[in-house]
Amino acid sequence: MNIGLEQYLIVSGLLFCFGLLGVVVRRNLLIMYMGLELMLNAANLALVAFSRFNNNLDGQLMVFFIITVAAAEVAVGLALIVALYRKRRSAHVEDLTTLKL
Amino acid sequence: MENALFYIFAALTLLFAFLCVANPFSRNPVTSAMFLVLTMISMAGLFVLLQAFFLAAVQILVYAGAVMVLFLFVIMLLDIKEEERRRFNRFAIALGGVSVIGLGFILFSTIRESKVGAGLKLTAVKGSDTAALGKALFTEYLLPFEIVSVLLLVAMVGVILLSKKDLK
Repeated sequence: MNIGLEQYLIVSGLLFCFGLLGVVVRRNLLIMYMGLELMLNAANLALVAFSRFNNNLDGQLMVFFIITVAAAEVAVGLALIVALYRKRRSAHVEDLTTLKL
Repeated sequence: MENALFYIFAALTLLFAFLCVANPFSRNPVTSAMFLVLTMISMAGLFVLLQAFFLAAVQILVYAGAVMVLFLFVIMLLDIKEEERRRFNRFAIALGGVSVIGLGFILFSTIRESKVGAGLKLTAVKGSDTAALGKALFTEYLLPFEIVSVLLLVAMVGVILLSKKDLK
C-alpha cells in the first residue's frame, strides 16, 4: 500500500491526541506546556502533508510562521511560569486556586 | 523503501510523544523534555519524507535546539523532585483518557470516511523548493514576515520585563 495523505493525517491526529492527553492528565505546568507543543507540531505535520500532496507551497509557509510564533509563545510562557514559581514556590496547577470560589 | 521509512518515523514520533506526556517509568520533567526532543527529531524525518527539507532543518534548529534549551533551563530553576511526591487524581486520569480516546476515534473515523486523499497524486518536486519558499516569503508574504519580526521583538521585551525581580 502506498503512503497517502490519509496516513499522514492519521499520524497527525494521533499526535494531537497525545498532546491533549498531556494537557488533560498531567498537572505539572511544564509538562502541560510540552503537550501544547506536541499539539502545535501535529498541526504542522498536517499542514506540510497537505502542502506536499496538493503541490502548493503555502502550507509550508504557514508552518514556517507557526514555528516562529510558537517560539515566541514558548519564551513568554516559560517566563510566566518562572515568575509564578517565584511568587508561589510551585509549578502545579492544583496549587493555583486563587480564582476558585 | 519510502513506505518503510514512513512507518518507522511515524511509529517513533508517536512512541516518543506518548512517552513524553505519559511515561509510565518516570515522572521527571527532564525525561519528558528529552523525549520531546526525540519526537521533534523524528518529526523532522517525516518532513524530509514530505520533501520539506528546509522545514526539517528549521524544526531541528528551532525546536530541538532553541526551544528545548529554554525548557531545560526553566526545569533547572524549578524543583523537579516535587513532581514525584505528587499523587495522581485517578478520576481526572480516567476522564482525560476517555475523552482523548473519544477524540482520537472521531478524528480517525473522519479522516477514513472523508477520503480526503483520494485523487491526489504525488508529483515530483522540481529542484529545491527552498528557493521557492524564500521567494514567496519575501514577495507574497512580506507583510506577515515583518509582523512576525515585530512579534518576536514584543515577546523579547515581554520576557525581559517578566523576569525582572521587582516590577515597578
